[in-house]
Amino acid sequence: MESLSILIHLDYTLMIVAIGAALLGTVSGALGTYAVLRRQSLLGDAISHAALPGIAIAFLLTGSKTPLILVLGAAIAGWLGTLLIMSIVRLTRIKYDSALAIVLSTFFGVGLVLHTLIQRTGNANQAGLDTFLFGQAATILERDVLTIGILGGASIIVTLVFWKELKLLVFDEDFAASLGFPTRTLDILLTSLLVIAIVLGLQAVGAVLMSAMLVAPAVAARQWTNRLRLMVFLAGCFGALAGVSGTIISSTASRIPTGPTIVLCATVVVGISIAFAPNRGLVWHRIRHQRNRRDLKMAAEAQE
Amino acid sequence: METAGSKAIEVTDLTVAYQDKPVLWDIDLNVPPGVLLSIVGPNGAGKTTLIKAILGLVRPAAGSVLIYNKPYEAQRQIVGYVPQRGSVDWDFPTNVLDVVMMGRYGALGWVRRPGRQERELALQALEKVGMAVYATRQISQLSGGQQQRVFLARALVQDATVYLMDEPFQGVDATTERAIVTLLQELRANGKTVVVVHHDLQTVSDYFDWVMLLNIRRIASGPVDEVFTPDNLRETYGGRVAFMKTGK
Repeated sequence: MESLSILIHLDYTLMIVAIGAALLGTVSGALGTYAVLRRQSLLGDAISHAALPGIAIAFLLTGSKTPLILVLGAAIAGWLGTLLIMSIVRLTRIKYDSALAIVLSTFFGVGLVLHTLIQRTGNANQAGLDTFLFGQAATILERDVLTIGILGGASIIVTLVFWKELKLLVFDEDFAASLGFPTRTLDILLTSLLVIAIVLGLQAVGAVLMSAMLVAPAVAARQWTNRLRLMVFLAGCFGALAGVSGTIISSTASRIPTGPTIVLCATVVVGISIAFAPNRGLVWHRIRHQRNRRDLKMAAEAQE
Repeated sequence: METAGSKAIEVTDLTVAYQDKPVLWDIDLNVPPGVLLSIVGPNGAGKTTLIKAILGLVRPAAGSVLIYNKPYEAQRQIVGYVPQRGSVDWDFPTNVLDVVMMGRYGALGWVRRPGRQERELALQALEKVGMAVYATRQISQLSGGQQQRVFLARALVQDATVYLMDEPFQGVDATTERAIVTLLQELRANGKTVVVVHHDLQTVSDYFDWVMLLNIRRIASGPVDEVFTPDNLRETYGGRVAFMKTGK
């Protein structure tokens, strides 16, 4: 116990990083639940990839690497990308998955080109921009934790305030509209919350793998519960767990990027949940199946 | 064909198009209060679209819809809606009681959560559709007929005057079908107006007192005895009707 506190005292940076990862894991897990339930798991992927050029443009315009400015650029680009997907689906005959793929790859392509250009300029200030590709949790500072805490906390509060409306939107959009709830506005609200969760995670997890942080905790949580409230709560916990364990593993073993480590931790949680969760878990399924077969066999034999 | 006087639903010159394809063309429909009306027509006739247009869920290219002489936006509180059962994901993490309480969300308005009163209403509605014992059941464990009853219960707690139901008989067992018919007749007895998208031509004259024959255009609408004729059916289905049982 004493050694643990010493360790924590010694590594204040690691603690800050772990708190940051826990916060963003909670936010992305909780909000990702809605994306998963709406069958929009891939939307997160599109948003995070679309956010990349926003970071580059924000840097080019301001020359600053202040996280808040870069996050703002990412949020605007991610949001525009989402809006573009929605408009393409509504105005053309292109299907949702194709629209998603087009926007994702185009924005990501632009983002990569801009990042390369920035690197070519030899601007000494540019180092660190590529952390947004694969994530580098070690770059999380106290002020970033504050940003994540405030924006993430606000997103979760909004989710709780509009709990009933968002639940209805996700379960039965037409019925919600028939009751007079502005489903388009609620849709935009939910998507905006998702954008916030994603851009907060970009620094630590990176654009390439961020969508896993939305999807994995929610998928794992769904295995354990049949109630939305508990699912959102559990997804937040799983997200935090993956965030903290991934950060600690990646900072103790040198040179492992944080994003992939966090995502691998989340995957372990998903794997365990799919295998062992009661009712929905595969192991339970198997046991129940065998028990049923045995019971049926015994009943059949008894009849003979 | 329509009676004059007060109208529960009045659809005038309604045209709806998806992209360049008309789905509903110049529809007129007057539904007097207190009738059980079925909308019948072949697949792609625009039955669901008509219901959704009445509810303001799809934007018409032309025409107007009035509920008791006012636009739908002003009359939401008196209109209940039962969407197609297949339109939602029944693996959503929630239980039967919770879904039924959603019928009160409109009356509750923004942010306010359902409380004990909503619970009571939901339980009463579940009782009416014979689902009270399933109140705490996870919705993914329901049969098709049970899902349909849950949707009906959700509409009942809306305590509406006009009900619009999209294929409530779709894929339900005989018991549920009888339960739904009893419920519809009970609603009519209480002076409610009920519009039901229906598929089974053989039961139209048994279950309903009015019928609308629809195939993008309105072929006919009015009391079953008058308009549910072989000629009108042939016109609606293009001569592809195997069974015809006209008004009594």
